[in-house]
Amino acid sequence: MSQPIELNLSKVPIYDHCFFPDRSRVVITNGPDAQIFDLTDSSGKPRLVTTLHHHDKTVTALDVSIDGKIVTCSQDRNAVVWSPNADGTYSRPTLVLLRINRAATCVKWSPNGKKFAVGSSARVISVCYFEEENDWWISKHIKRPLKSTILSLDWHPNNVLLACSSTDMHVRVFSAYIKGIDSKPAPSIWGERLPFKTLCLDYSLGSWVHDVKFDPTAEFLGCVTHDGCVSIVYPGAEELEVSNVIKVKTPSLPFDTLIFATPSKIIAAGYDCHPVAIEGDAETGWNISYSIDDPTKKKHNNLENQSALDMFRRMDLKGSDSSASSKLLTVHQNTINVIRPFQSDASGNVLRFSTCGNDGKVVIFEV
Amino acid sequence: MSQSLKPYLTAVRHSLNVALCLQDFPSQVVERHNYPEIESKKTAEVLLNPMKISRNEKEYVLIEPSINSVRVSIKIKQSDEIENILVDKFTRFLTKRADNFFILRRVPVDGYDISFLVTNYHNESMLKNKLVDFVIEFMEDVDKEISEMKLFLNARARYVAEVYLNTFD
Repeated sequence: MSQPIELNLSKVPIYDHCFFPDRSRVVITNGPDAQIFDLTDSSGKPRLVTTLHHHDKTVTALDVSIDGKIVTCSQDRNAVVWSPNADGTYSRPTLVLLRINRAATCVKWSPNGKKFAVGSSARVISVCYFEEENDWWISKHIKRPLKSTILSLDWHPNNVLLACSSTDMHVRVFSAYIKGIDSKPAPSIWGERLPFKTLCLDYSLGSWVHDVKFDPTAEFLGCVTHDGCVSIVYPGAEELEVSNVIKVKTPSLPFDTLIFATPSKIIAAGYDCHPVAIEGDAETGWNISYSIDDPTKKKHNNLENQSALDMFRRMDLKGSDSSASSKLLTVHQNTINVIRPFQSDASGNVLRFSTCGNDGKVVIFEV
Repeated sequence: MSQSLKPYLTAVRHSLNVALCLQDFPSQVVERHNYPEIESKKTAEVLLNPMKISRNEKEYVLIEPSINSVRVSIKIKQSDEIENILVDKFTRFLTKRADNFFILRRVPVDGYDISFLVTNYHNESMLKNKLVDFVIEFMEDVDKEISEMKLFLNARARYVAEVYLNTFD
């Protein structure tokens, strides 16, 4: 297994990052701005291409659609769509009318890039789409039965169903079908008739749900909760029925984010600062299989600070002569905020994934 | 280190490690605000159960976690009136300088001698294991310091009394 690729991009926490589909550039949040870095520079170092400045409060999330449009959302209650110019640069922000009066917390493009959903602290999901006649992004609200801040969103591959998780401890699946934009979805395990706002699944996991994802076959959901569990929720045949829930208890601190590498493998990461793989299926159950970038397998490298000079320097600067380094043994030095798939093989299985954390790093790991 | 101190500090260390899993959380109540939820307590669902860890009836720690902030309140051991006065002076000295201490709260929580407030911003700019180490080290050192001061005070009182009474010899 090769070494993870480490990119030090920021001095402040990176709340979200997203690579462009060709993997040559990455967008990160940086305080009230978003920044685009080019990774193909001849010097080998990431080069800052553009700073996208529009918001006046922390940017909480961003996403890049398949056709290269960037959407950013912020605690100043706004979302902005940045459309690429003909030469691939970004200069035109378009404000989106979210009609929310609290911070926007998360945003996701639908897989076809025609609409996006914004979760907010106003207990509302805004599903936004482009209206040609007015040349304007407009939004429709999903309000009921959300009772608290939305923490994450995920789209079903059919562009209609939307999974959301929130601090009211529920994970829900809604229909975000918009007439004139979407074609009628084929009936699936989630339901047959799916007008806008239809609630397809509602399940309480008993703890804040930090992240939710559809598996690649879109038959079930994976969730990470604040009690340190990874939960897999299987929907039932009846309306709103849940046929099976598997809770994988882990000995680690809570996870903040997860992705499905394959339908039978989850990669989760969070407050322990290193990713963990969980494998299984509905019949045999799910279990932790291994951890990536495992700190228990590494050792502190103390060789370079043995000299007397170093000892006195430490006593002078830090008031202690212990040589124990304060660095963590993992690549990330602080909480991992978001995992995203980076590279997949022909059958859609994730080979490499990227993470970003509060330490201002973006790291690319192998599964 | 005495027999009961070590398990007490270990319990506090593990509880702090878990409680310090914080994230940014904009207010659900006030527009465009972002404040420590544990201080406002207006959003019930983002508060977790407080934990109280006691070494004995005179020494205990209260850890109140929430989604974006943790309040740690410490009751320092006070077995007599001299220690009462010493602890009061000592904590006043610290809390007056709270601005330079970042995580120190200017007013302790009712019933406690000193309180720390750690928010997600502290957790982002400082190392979490060092934050936990700091609180544990503080708890270890404060007992030592108070008993040292008490010894010093007693020795001084004895000396003063001796000098004073010598004049009536």
